[in-house]
Amino acid sequence: MKIVSIIVLPIVVLLIVLYGYIKKIDIYASFLNGAKEGMEIVVNIAPAILAMVFAVNIFLDSNVLNFILMPINKIMHFPSEILSLAFLRPISGTASLSIMTNIFKIYGPDSFYGRLSSVLQGCTDTTIYVIALYYGSIKVSKTRYTVFVGLMADLVGIVMAFILTNIFF
Amino acid sequence: MVSILWAFLIVIGIIYAFLNGNVSIINESILVNANKALELIISFLPTIVLWTGIMKIAEDAGLLTKFSNFLRPVLSKLFPSVPKDNKALGYISSNIAANMLGLGSAATPFGLKAMIELQKINDNKNRASQAMITFLVLNTAGVTIIPTLIIALRLGYGSKNPTEIIAPAVLSTMCSSIAAITIDYFIRRKK
Repeated sequence: MKIVSIIVLPIVVLLIVLYGYIKKIDIYASFLNGAKEGMEIVVNIAPAILAMVFAVNIFLDSNVLNFILMPINKIMHFPSEILSLAFLRPISGTASLSIMTNIFKIYGPDSFYGRLSSVLQGCTDTTIYVIALYYGSIKVSKTRYTVFVGLMADLVGIVMAFILTNIFF
Repeated sequence: MVSILWAFLIVIGIIYAFLNGNVSIINESILVNANKALELIISFLPTIVLWTGIMKIAEDAGLLTKFSNFLRPVLSKLFPSVPKDNKALGYISSNIAANMLGLGSAATPFGLKAMIELQKINDNKNRASQAMITFLVLNTAGVTIIPTLIIALRLGYGSKNPTEIIAPAVLSTMCSSIAAITIDYFIRRKK
């Protein structure tokens, strides 16, 4: 599996460049055209990213998360890191990733909590962030039931991560 | 919804810090965050620019159309409101394929272009269309087969078997994707 994740990127690039060359299109001009579009995309989403980083970091730095999670911590005997990870995963990829590395540091990646945090991190994406980013880029403000469905699916993923980690290890 | 979340994070964070006498941390946080955002933007700018460039070659050479042809039977069932020859289906399938392989940063430009195409056929430009919602919940349910970053981090922290988490992660991600499609389907049918 390790080799797959290493070779997949070079192979995709190779196939696309070769295919374009064989089809006799001007691959270099195509690349530059696409790259220019990419620049425009980044410029368009930059304000939305700045807005989200600003808000998420105020929330994290205030430590209010520990306060919110206190009642759950009392019922379930999980380390608060695991619960913060499950709670933050849909909101911020960078935040949950740094919590995961903290868990690796404290308990080790091969401990139960280390495995659980890996599965939790892998089972879902940063729902809130992606929704904000994608809708923000095309200026849609009425998102209707997107967040509800996204978070319900995350909840299923998180519950399954707990169950499957228990079954597998 | 985004406005509510954004306000919630900021207001709760600042008020809690005031109640705890931690305002100095927030003060620092506000000043430093703009820099963090810029770092983040600069860190993925090259990848996005590079991948939209590579993608454009694939698009111009007709690879994207081929790929979407392959995924079309499934996709047209999931996106009944998108015309079968629409570019959006190609971008959506590329986005989902890149996500599956754990190429998160490569997936984003495909996803953003899919949104632009979906917006073109959206009746109310201010309001999310059904196709956009289906795409986003499918995307955020995270169909990842190779969680590259997690495996790399596990390896870095001395795991004896860094890839052992793939099976449970893939199974839980599949459950969450199935849940996303199912819930979305029932809400759509009710409306």
